[in-house]
Amino acid sequence: MRVTVIDYKAGNLTSVLKTLRHLGAEPVVTDGDLSLVEAAERIVLPGVGHFAATERLDRTGLTGAIRAAIARGVPFLGICVGMQWLYAGSTEAPEQPGLGHFAESCTRFAESTEKVPHVGWNSLEVRAGSRLLAGVEPGEFVYFTHSYKGPVTADTTAVTEYIEPFAAAVERGNVMGVQFHPEKSGATGLKILRNILEIAS
Amino acid sequence: MLTKRIIACLDVHDGRVVKGVQFVDLVDAGDPATQAARHAREGADEIVLLDITATHEGRQTLLDTVRRTALELFVPFCVGGGIRTARDAEQVFEAGADKVSINSAALADPTLISAIGSSFGAQAVVVAIDARRDPEAADPVRDAQVFVHGGRKPAGRRVVEWAREAEERGAGEILLTSMDADGTRAGFDCELTAAVSEAVGIPVIASGGAGTVAHFADVFSRGKAHAALAASIFHFAVSTSRSLKEELARAGVPVRLPC
Repeated sequence: MRVTVIDYKAGNLTSVLKTLRHLGAEPVVTDGDLSLVEAAERIVLPGVGHFAATERLDRTGLTGAIRAAIARGVPFLGICVGMQWLYAGSTEAPEQPGLGHFAESCTRFAESTEKVPHVGWNSLEVRAGSRLLAGVEPGEFVYFTHSYKGPVTADTTAVTEYIEPFAAAVERGNVMGVQFHPEKSGATGLKILRNILEIAS
Repeated sequence: MLTKRIIACLDVHDGRVVKGVQFVDLVDAGDPATQAARHAREGADEIVLLDITATHEGRQTLLDTVRRTALELFVPFCVGGGIRTARDAEQVFEAGADKVSINSAALADPTLISAIGSSFGAQAVVVAIDARRDPEAADPVRDAQVFVHGGRKPAGRRVVEWAREAEERGAGEILLTSMDADGTRAGFDCELTAAVSEAVGIPVIASGGAGTVAHFADVFSRGKAHAALAASIFHFAVSTSRSLKEELARAGVPVRLPC
């Protein structure tokens, strides 16, 4: 399985690549070669760091190529900032639009006595019908590290509580996102990444 | 619910895991990659690899060790020791680490924190602080002295003000080691940990002094720690992370179980 991993120079791809290889996939990385998106069987958009870095996707033409791939039904997984990019935008970088596949925007955790960023293992309340989260039991833990998050909507497939309930996973058609890091989430994370490889395109 | 993390720490010297007692008297206890995989299997929430001699020695051994250790590890993996420049950090990330822990180099040049954070994100930068209470100070705890070079040299900084600066410069977490407690197995320095945790808005990892399960419960409640690090308690099979967490769960601490 050829998985096209998008590099937009925000953080480290090593963990994602290593985990995909462990699962038997053949990841290829593009930071601007659109033919790798056009030929993709799966697309994974990782991302740690700042939402503003997604500007690079627009500049390199990757945004358009990804949009076209999604229209063809290629399964897409956004991780962390890669999930947030699927929304209309984020208050982290208000001038930078997201893909807009989901109409809402991402916002920072509300001020509270709790620490921001939300760092550590938290549990998933999985909603019925998610293909990405197939086999994940309610209450399984995954690893988060983020300060911004998407709202809970009809497209949300897993909810996590920290300060407030937020979208831990989102899914509509073959477009999926996870706010947590499946590549760092032990057996649960491996199960989720295996699912994206097995979903029919 | 966000759980308290149990972080297995591997002190590594020349590519081998050793155990630190008051930063001296090193005892060989195995291969880092094997040990890290074992800890992950046995329920550790995260692995920290500290190259305790890297400040003085070559780096290629460490990068090889990181590469081998990261290969089959699917929980967060932090590497510290001898990272002096953003380029050093980049090599460690490329070798497969998710976070780097910086200590002496951040004190020598605090802009290193933002230099790494701007390329790899704040979540990838852990600022490690080794502190010892200062009985001479007006507030011996908040004004505990910060030490560098494996605890051999005072840095001329006070723990709370340095932790705050680290946060302002973009650290994602603080790894706080009490040099008074380290190696004693008599418990974490909860007052020191709480003083730092209350002063910053980022998570604090407590280190030094773990001897019993009750010590962990204590540092999570009284010490206001978000995570706790331990080495000797695991290395010689005093306990696995899983059994430690099962006992913590019985004591009412939220932990990742089953794991």
